[in-house]
Amino acid sequence: MSAIPAAQRTQPQTGGEAGKPPCAPSAPAVQLDGAQARIGGHVVWSEASISIAQGEFAAILGPNGSGKTTLLRVLLGELALTEGTVSVLGKPPGAQQGQIGYLPQRRHFEAGTRIRGIDLVRLGLDGARWGLPLRRSDGARVEEVLELVGASGYATRPIGRLSGGEQQRLLIAQALVGQPRMLLLDEPLDSLDLPNQSAVAALLERICRREHVSVLLVAHDVNPLLSYLDRVVYFGSGQAVVGTPQQVVTAETLSRLYGVPVEVLQTADGRLVVVGLPEAPAHHTDRHAH
Amino acid sequence: MLTSALAETGPSLDPISDLNQLTAFPFMVNALEAGTIVAVMAGVVGWFMVLRRQTFAGHTLSVMAFPGATGALLIGLSAAVGYFVFSGLAALLIGAAAGVQTQRNRGQESAITGSVQAFGLACGFLFLSLYQGVLANYESLLFGSFLGITRGQVLALALVSAVTLAVLAIIGRPLLFASLDEGVARARGVPTRALSLGFLLLLGLAVAETAQITGALLVFALLVAPPATAQLITPRIGPSLVLSVILGVSITWVGLGLAYFYNYPVGFYITTVAFVVYVGVRLARAAAEHPTLLRRRVAAAEAA
Repeated sequence: MSAIPAAQRTQPQTGGEAGKPPCAPSAPAVQLDGAQARIGGHVVWSEASISIAQGEFAAILGPNGSGKTTLLRVLLGELALTEGTVSVLGKPPGAQQGQIGYLPQRRHFEAGTRIRGIDLVRLGLDGARWGLPLRRSDGARVEEVLELVGASGYATRPIGRLSGGEQQRLLIAQALVGQPRMLLLDEPLDSLDLPNQSAVAALLERICRREHVSVLLVAHDVNPLLSYLDRVVYFGSGQAVVGTPQQVVTAETLSRLYGVPVEVLQTADGRLVVVGLPEAPAHHTDRHAH
Repeated sequence: MLTSALAETGPSLDPISDLNQLTAFPFMVNALEAGTIVAVMAGVVGWFMVLRRQTFAGHTLSVMAFPGATGALLIGLSAAVGYFVFSGLAALLIGAAAGVQTQRNRGQESAITGSVQAFGLACGFLFLSLYQGVLANYESLLFGSFLGITRGQVLALALVSAVTLAVLAIIGRPLLFASLDEGVARARGVPTRALSLGFLLLLGLAVAETAQITGALLVFALLVAPPATAQLITPRIGPSLVLSVILGVSITWVGLGLAYFYNYPVGFYITTVAFVVYVGVRLARAAAEHPTLLRRRVAAAEAA
């Protein structure tokens, strides 16, 4: 799954735009210049300049409270910058109704939620529409995304009865069904077990490449994602560092951002593994930074 | 007025002659019509309430019938007006207070709801003690009555139900979206706060209406049990809603019929029938999803 050579993937400026004429090729998916965000008077980060091209797969990383979710809120238009400029798909935030699929950080649907997965996905098409559902929404499109995320097999079961990974796939399908140009996901891998983490990461990459959708996700642990990412945005100590994984995911940069020693190892097949982050306890039990 | 005096013979267990007997008196026709109207509306509103896990809010709004009726009595208005006013006020209060809280704070909502309930009941007792006369029908206030429903009341119920259902038809889909996934719905431009408050008001209307048939304490019978049962039976949205209405109407008819033939309060019958149906379906669902039974079924399917 991770066999795509890194060199091929890190040509973000041209990737994924050829087959999609409506995209303005010049406008980046996300562009922040000299941006500062405050919450309750407190500066979360400042002087952030972030550029993510259309069709790129990018992760927002960093310690707790470093402002990862704050960036998503800025991009969704829920929070205004106090300094600098931001544009999303070439427009100010909040002006892209229907072009952004958003997955908030969430807990699971309660076991008693007896609504079918397929109906949840369909809400992504017509959930914001008022009035009786007289016109049936596009069933073929719903089937198509269910197929894409691999949820066809359980889409007619009540969502409350599904596992976390299955629910997450249905939510991704819901975000995707309206054919957005960008997906924003807040910790989509959180609370999934390891096999599901890498499966969902692979799925998001497939969506990014095949549907030419820019994918921007907040994550705690970079490892399940590292081999798929075009770009990483690291927040830490009130600033943002942006670049390709090769540029940013280095022991030096990460140790500086997290304020603790971090190691970056390379596996035999050339993949990077980050070791020693305080938020990935599974990794630093057996391999300490020294 | 005792029903047993009207139905001396008891049911013949021949559905057609029983039905003829049931509809022989105008008061009974009114009761059946009112019951049907209320059951249809409660089946739909209750479906959303169960999905949104606002049963406690629904219960609190129904208890507002007590201060509503006693307050109305005190200043000489009809009890129904008091129901609507107090349920509406309580809905606004819960909705506004819960809206101030951050999203997903269901725990806060239930604390606010409980406080409103306690205060409402206290007001009811105050009104009762201020009202020097004898409160004649407190039993029917709490446990419902189907005697003496007038044509005018039937029409009023029909009007309120029609308005409630029309509003739900318009806001239904965004409300469903917001109920399942508030954060995503808001990001897609659904006004989740307004919907939440609007739904509580609708619920207040529905509950004030239902309480007139089942009584304030037994709203569960029509507002909770049929939708909860329907949702257990099918996860498909349309069929589940239709089933909720069918169950509500059937339960009401059976309950009214029993109350007609056997002289105990109608609220008891409606609630008991609803409860039995709910428990039955719940047990059947638990059995169907029980791990050992499931394994046995899978094994049987594989052997076949």
